[in-house]
Amino acid sequence: MTAEQVRAQLRDYILSELIRDPEYALADDEGIISNGLMDSFALAQVGVFIEDAFGVYIPDPELTVERMDTLNLMVARVLRDQ
Amino acid sequence: MLTLSRRADYLTLLDAACLRGGAEPALIYVATDAEPITLSAEQFRAEVERFAGQLHSGGIRPRDLIVIALPQGVTGVCLFWAALWLGALPSMFPPLTEKLDPARYQASMRELVQLSGVRAIIAADATAPLLAEGVACPVWRLADLAAQPALSVATAQPAPDEVAFLQHSSGTTGLQKGVALSHAAVLNQLASLSTTLKLTREDVIVSWLPLYHDMGLIAGFLLPLIQGVPLVLMSPFDWVSHPALLLRAIHTYRGTLCWLPNFAYNHLAQRVRQRDSAGLDLRSVRAFINCSEPVRAESHSQFIERFAENGIRPEMLAVSYAMAENVFAVTQTPPGEIVRTEQINRAALQGDGIARPTHDPSAAITMVSCGPCIANSAVKVVGEDGQPLPERRVGEVLIRSDCMLTGYYRRPDLTVFDAQRWVHTGDRGYLAEGEVFIVGRSKDLIINAGKNLYPQDLEVLVNAVMGVHPGRAVVFGVYDVREGTELIAVVAEVESDDAALHQRLKQQIRQQVARGAEVTVSYVTLVERGWLIKTSSGKIARSANRDKWLAARQQVGEGAS
Repeated sequence: MTAEQVRAQLRDYILSELIRDPEYALADDEGIISNGLMDSFALAQVGVFIEDAFGVYIPDPELTVERMDTLNLMVARVLRDQ
Repeated sequence: MLTLSRRADYLTLLDAACLRGGAEPALIYVATDAEPITLSAEQFRAEVERFAGQLHSGGIRPRDLIVIALPQGVTGVCLFWAALWLGALPSMFPPLTEKLDPARYQASMRELVQLSGVRAIIAADATAPLLAEGVACPVWRLADLAAQPALSVATAQPAPDEVAFLQHSSGTTGLQKGVALSHAAVLNQLASLSTTLKLTREDVIVSWLPLYHDMGLIAGFLLPLIQGVPLVLMSPFDWVSHPALLLRAIHTYRGTLCWLPNFAYNHLAQRVRQRDSAGLDLRSVRAFINCSEPVRAESHSQFIERFAENGIRPEMLAVSYAMAENVFAVTQTPPGEIVRTEQINRAALQGDGIARPTHDPSAAITMVSCGPCIANSAVKVVGEDGQPLPERRVGEVLIRSDCMLTGYYRRPDLTVFDAQRWVHTGDRGYLAEGEVFIVGRSKDLIINAGKNLYPQDLEVLVNAVMGVHPGRAVVFGVYDVREGTELIAVVAEVESDDAALHQRLKQQIRQQVARGAEVTVSYVTLVERGWLIKTSSGKIARSANRDKWLAARQQVGEGAS
């Protein structure tokens, strides 16, 4: 899967399932949790989604706001193990 | 141990097992990104004694009120006990987080200090300067405390009926009430609850609950430390991002008791990855106790299904009905027994306030029992005339016990007890064969054209509408003079201000509620994120939002729908 495919899927998931606003124009470097678009419950949800969609398991210590706050960070983390 | 038969051995909380010392673990603090911290009772006592000396040097004396507003951890726990050691009154308070508005936090603390005469606040380094600017009492960082000499101080000897600590109930700014609990009341509660739970030294309590909430403070903190049962504690923020942490802790430390609010069953069932739970053995658990939120049968069933492979069985899921005014538990289902549920006719429950069992699943709502009262607590259900109702009639739940609050701290204006020492809970419920079933809250109840509606049920429907921020919708009744009844209003926080989208959302909300509950929504107001007022524990404050909505309507005149 290319970076752009991963990004598109993650973006879709975040907009539809977590922010629940598919119209939202999410920027690649936008702080999703730090800016309050999602709460910390979402880190657990993102962890589940990334494993289901890309087969990448991110251990709990890496599921933190600092490491997973933006689409760019999430995409890079998925590609690292894919 | 403190049980009903050994109650006389305990005078005050200072007879707690954790202050007696000993090599066995008293507190184990676990975190995702750090090694566990284990304190034996001996080490715990030493920490408490050191902090007590520092607080004393800082001028803390018996009956001084100390607010502890620290992130969850060993320090806050020890400080609470250090305050008790001195005969001072500790109260746990939520720390400032990035989600809270600092100005509002400061204002709420300022009011607390003024109303309650707080002697000192202990806050995190980052928060202390903000608070110090706004409040009229000393605000200490841990470094400030550490700079005080830790002189050896003897433990205070409070009378058993003296107030031991305060538990601040949920409430928006200015509405916070400090529930004042005496030593005797807390000991009575723990003796009774421990007896019902058949607590032994073999038990291990595992908790992620915040200590400023009654369930976390009593069940997930004081119960184990007073009883000498190991407490495995973690941060609520850590847990919510990493739900498997709780299950790993149960596995590692052979946890036996764990209190959870209803949503936690869903969170665990849906957000723990298979490989995080694979191989975890949860068979040590005697009871997961669902408490502090309306219990939903479907939350239990999905939890059982998800973790059956880890040894979870239906009889491990228990329920309790609790409130801070009773220290904690009022009822408790017997551990090891499957909780009773019943299918109740929804229309009869809502329309007539009658809990009538039905065999027709399409007309039924599943009610989950909260169990019978624990020893020395009693419940009665009364109608609007204050007279007791027969079984299966929904009315206000009143409680009476030997573990009631002393009062609301420095709030003589608030009436607590009626003439017969019953406390009105504001909860609605019914009794059936000696068990208590909770239906909802009295004060939020909407009566629309003679039909009783529970706003939380409607909020579930509104929350399911795509585009409404989950958990950020409020439903309430507005009395309408022309119609002579309450009309239903929905206020929902949405993410966009696009007019076409708003239009669509309003339609969907009305449709959804009409389809789900057979009632018509009269007002749908979509608002921006952050509009709704939440309490310090994150619950939507219905009546405060209703007031805000009414005030806004008055300002703009007609046309708010």
